[in-house]
Amino acid sequence: MNDKKMIILGLVIFLITVTYPFWYTLLAGAKVSRPVLEKPAGETRCIEEKAFMTANHMQLLNVWRDAVVRNDIAEYTSTAYGAKYEMSLTKTCLKCHNKREEFCNRCHGYVNVNPACWNCHNEQKGIN
Amino acid sequence: MDELRRSILKVIGVLGLSAGFPLLRTFASENVVPNEPVSTPSSKQLGLVLDIDKCLSSAVRDACISACRREHNLPEITANPERKYKWIWTEDFGNAFPDHAHEHFSETLKKQPVLVLCNHCSSPACTKVCPVSATWKRKEDGIVMMDMHRCIGCRYCMAACPYRARSFNWLYPRPDIKGADNPVYPTRTKGVVEKCTFCVERIRLGREPACVEASKKVPGGAGALTFGNLSDPDSEVSRILREKRTICRQLGFGTRPNVYYIV
Repeated sequence: MNDKKMIILGLVIFLITVTYPFWYTLLAGAKVSRPVLEKPAGETRCIEEKAFMTANHMQLLNVWRDAVVRNDIAEYTSTAYGAKYEMSLTKTCLKCHNKREEFCNRCHGYVNVNPACWNCHNEQKGIN
Repeated sequence: MDELRRSILKVIGVLGLSAGFPLLRTFASENVVPNEPVSTPSSKQLGLVLDIDKCLSSAVRDACISACRREHNLPEITANPERKYKWIWTEDFGNAFPDHAHEHFSETLKKQPVLVLCNHCSSPACTKVCPVSATWKRKEDGIVMMDMHRCIGCRYCMAACPYRARSFNWLYPRPDIKGADNPVYPTRTKGVVEKCTFCVERIRLGREPACVEASKKVPGGAGALTFGNLSDPDSEVSRILREKRTICRQLGFGTRPNVYYIV
């Protein structure tokens, strides 16, 4: 029972390591700011309302993917505006959102998600 | 103790045998009853008729193959044959039609190139083995379709297809894409299987497949490839099949191909 000091030291190191993400974020919190997105120039609205798109664009894209690939339906009617759009990431979304670095990647980087869309789908400017 | 062990083993053995007996009958009956009816009721079945003589012109064949490559951003692999991307490609007559290349068949004719592609079979072997339904036969037009999002790259379909009409992305394909840049058609990713889809993206817009369109622009290419609805008796393909002598690749496999060749 002479290891009391070592055990306490070990516990302290363990607690510091485990809580590191919490206190580090608290200390460095001022440095992390919410992403500022560069919106497409000359456009007033997206295909649906902004709040819906921010929260649900990934589900919408999944619905589009299944509709086009599995059911051969390529036309989408906006519930908010009633306008018709072609269900296509490259042809419709990226036509306006043509700056991936300044729009898509900023939010995706902030929330640390890595969608695999661009592994296959191209930007309008072309491949590579 | 030994006596007890023996009797327990005997009981287990008898139970095991009696459990297996009904299974034997199921297996036996499956061998007799075919999996699908011979004629599937389909309102529409798209198909292609190729004229072997007209496709002997390398200009026609090259036009078809490069149109497909440009349309679908196909990587160009020259070194490793296992990595080649085969949507529409050429095969020697003897390899494409081994049933027809008999013992006394002319060696020169055996070596003649034939354009081959996915047969979009009426009873496809590939779709039946896919564990995730990433490939299936479309009911609306009979195209054997591929969902790259869902493919897990197990390559069962490649083993099942008797025509070797499927290609696997062993590596990330984009660095090998040369001379093709169609941004509206997605490239594929490492670890998925791809194949000819009869250009679904063009059919949706009312256009013909890229290979068919390209062949018509080549001098002497008119009528080399004819695309249409086989279920419609008034279509051009149905008319050709009624009037001309046509063959299919390896009918004996029972997959019922929908690509025909005028001989």
